Amino acid sequence: MLKYLDNFGRYCLLVIRSFSKSPKASIMRELIVRELDNLGIGSLYIVSIISFFMGAVAAIQLAANIDSPLIPMSTVGYGTRETIILEFSPTVIALILAGKVGSNIASEIGTMRVTEQIDALEIMGVNSANYLIFPKIIASLIINPILTVISMILGIYGGYLACTTTGLIDGTTYLYGATMDFKTFHFIYALIKSAVFAFVIASVSAFRGYYVEGGSQEVGKASTKAVVNSSISILLWNFILTRLLLL
Amino acid sequence: MIEIKNLNKVFGDRQVLYDINAVFEPGKCNLIIGQSGSGKTVLMKCLVGLLEPTSGSIIYSGIDFTKASENERKKIRQEIGMVFQGGALFDSMTCEENVAFPLRMFTNWNKQKIADRVKFCLERVNLSHAHKLYPSEISGGMKKRVAIARAIALNPKYLFFDEPNSGLDPQTGIVIDQLIQEITREFNTTTIVNTHDMNSVVEIGDKIIYIRKGYKHWEGDSSSIVKSNNPELIDFVFATKLLKRVQQTF
Repeated sequence: MLKYLDNFGRYCLLVIRSFSKSPKASIMRELIVRELDNLGIGSLYIVSIISFFMGAVAAIQLAANIDSPLIPMSTVGYGTRETIILEFSPTVIALILAGKVGSNIASEIGTMRVTEQIDALEIMGVNSANYLIFPKIIASLIINPILTVISMILGIYGGYLACTTTGLIDGTTYLYGATMDFKTFHFIYALIKSAVFAFVIASVSAFRGYYVEGGSQEVGKASTKAVVNSSISILLWNFILTRLLLL
Repeated sequence: MIEIKNLNKVFGDRQVLYDINAVFEPGKCNLIIGQSGSGKTVLMKCLVGLLEPTSGSIIYSGIDFTKASENERKKIRQEIGMVFQGGALFDSMTCEENVAFPLRMFTNWNKQKIADRVKFCLERVNLSHAHKLYPSEISGGMKKRVAIARAIALNPKYLFFDEPNSGLDPQTGIVIDQLIQEITREFNTTTIVNTHDMNSVVEIGDKIIYIRKGYKHWEGDSSSIVKSNNPELIDFVFATKLLKRVQQTF
């Protein structure tokens, strides 16, 4: 228990340090743009593929489970949209990014630690936590909600294509359901979740990498821990935010 | 000048450094030697601020680094250049970007002035041809030289080298030693070198401190070390049969 509290304390202190004493604005801007490219553009392909097929499968499963003639087939579009917006896009995509981006952040920072690059920054008088972690957090906070919106669009479109190409329901019925009774707050709730998850992924993974001790084997272990810790934190925050925002 | 006064370092219940006192003067190569685990790396980490001493003082030109405010520490750190054992070059940057890094961070120079200084530093270590290469594309000796170029970019007052010759062939080691000595004289830096290399001890040791089991066991220069009668020091410095034979020639 004490070990967990110690880790949590060190994590909080690291996050505070990463938000203090920035280098020149021009350098920070450059770092954020580089991270946007690394973390965001690099994840676009996997997010697109997963979202498209997730939407397609969700639509087919919904259509396959509607037996009663009393339930209109437009429910498929409605149900697909709601599951995609409320859960699939913000949470599942965050879990996937925890694996892809989280391990990338932990191994990058961890390697810098074991090869003394972080020590070199500190000796120069650079706040290494700010220089390395802050741009990753900001880039994640910007790019994750954008990826989530792209995922929503592709997921709903995937459902549409799955329904129309397999002949389960016609496109007009699907689109009628997908646009029916739209609650803007559900969309905002998804964006809030994706921003919180972005912060969790970047900060937890950076924490795991920053405190690596040893060699390449420890960097590998830190990378695994980053994915596991980020994923658990995402699930926990998912529950807390859903309870706070939807009920 | 750097002055160490009564420096102690304890990790948990294990004391690593005992009451170290030393003075390192500008324009001189000051060597810290000792067996693995003797505490010399801990001493160097305390000197550059990577570790906090348990007690004692480290005084940089009159300012006690251990009691200095965050701003004073930052100022001192910008006067420190350090070359790590593996170079510690930023692997996402080219050689010239590595050298330009401290200039971009801590000066308001324009691009041309930075480029000129980078060119000068890389030429100083005979690496002007490698400016566009990444650290993964150059040899160990070249990495050390780029690290030296980065360390001197801001005209530091204090230069630290952590085992600069480790992993290098003897000839490249000699090149690095000569470079350290030339830079020390040219820029009048207070240079502190942490080393195992006996060639460095004999060639560039203006002042040598021998650390044994956490204590400062001996202090002198390269000429006095070869004539020393201190048995532990002799065992350490002339450890091999070849070196023992060399010692007899002095």
